[in-house]
Amino acid sequence: MAKPIATLRSATNIPTGRLAVWWLLASEIVIFGGLLASYIMHRLGHPEFGDYASHTNTLLGGINTFVLLTSSYFAVRAHFEAEHGRGATAAKWLYATIGGAVAFLCIKSYEWTHEISEGFTITKNAFWSFYYIAAGLHGLHVIGGALIMFIVAQDAKKNRELQRVELVGLYWHFVDVVWIFLFPLLYIAK
Amino acid sequence: MAAGTKQAGHGAHAGHGEHDEAAHIRLYTKVYITLLVLFLVSVTGPVIGDMVGSKALVLITAFGIAVVKAYLVCAHFMHLNIEKRYIGYLLITTVVFMGLFYAGVAPDVMEHHGRNWVNVAAQNEVERALKAHSEHGEGEHSAH
Repeated sequence: MAKPIATLRSATNIPTGRLAVWWLLASEIVIFGGLLASYIMHRLGHPEFGDYASHTNTLLGGINTFVLLTSSYFAVRAHFEAEHGRGATAAKWLYATIGGAVAFLCIKSYEWTHEISEGFTITKNAFWSFYYIAAGLHGLHVIGGALIMFIVAQDAKKNRELQRVELVGLYWHFVDVVWIFLFPLLYIAK
Repeated sequence: MAAGTKQAGHGAHAGHGEHDEAAHIRLYTKVYITLLVLFLVSVTGPVIGDMVGSKALVLITAFGIAVVKAYLVCAHFMHLNIEKRYIGYLLITTVVFMGLFYAGVAPDVMEHHGRNWVNVAAQNEVERALKAHSEHGEGEHSAH
């Protein structure tokens, strides 16, 4: 079967697949960056945001930060194993990373359920609108990343398309970096 | 090795022996532990900053450390430290665009009055929400 062009071709001395992921991440910076920049300017212009932010659960946000940092470590270990041609081991690390994604989403679901039951819904005020949109958009990226990782892991465990382990890893680290900024903005700055 | 693996990788690990493999794993583990330590500082720092009334400590530990953590992930986990410079320029360009957006829009959002204009709705909203908070401990703040 013919290899996809992203596997064989190289542009600017960067394999096309990896270059495409970097361009994807560049576009993601604009998406998340615009959202976070909007939040920061509102946060600075509206002192009442500090009071609203005091209702976010720092403990659960902190646990989720730990989970994502750990899953990022698992992802880089998967990449390392893939670069050495050990697809089965790489797949195991990817499954562990997916476990991190699932844990993150479970904690986030519990957190949101509690907040909504307390009356802090997306229409409550501008702070909660930002909170649900930013965390929700990030959560969608976590879901997408976990699904892609599962598909990549299925091939990796058969020692196929191992270069994709690095590509999905890049994406996952970016999701981690976004959370690194979301955590202090939504949970710490009160 | 599967086709494309070496070609697509950064080549940072290619051709290395078991000793180098262990060194790479140690590096990743060290970065991971550093990230966890920084995470703990970013949580405890603002609490201490609030206790001693130091806003600078809150900002540095919450946001300064977030920048360091992001750098560590980008440099060592995403391998930007050994990636082609082109990628760095690409990413920096998008961050600059974000900065331009902020610089262009922030004055209208952060300030509620200027030399020839007043954002009455925003002023009223801040006043109402703070008043509600002081009376009830929480404002009924509508989106604006």
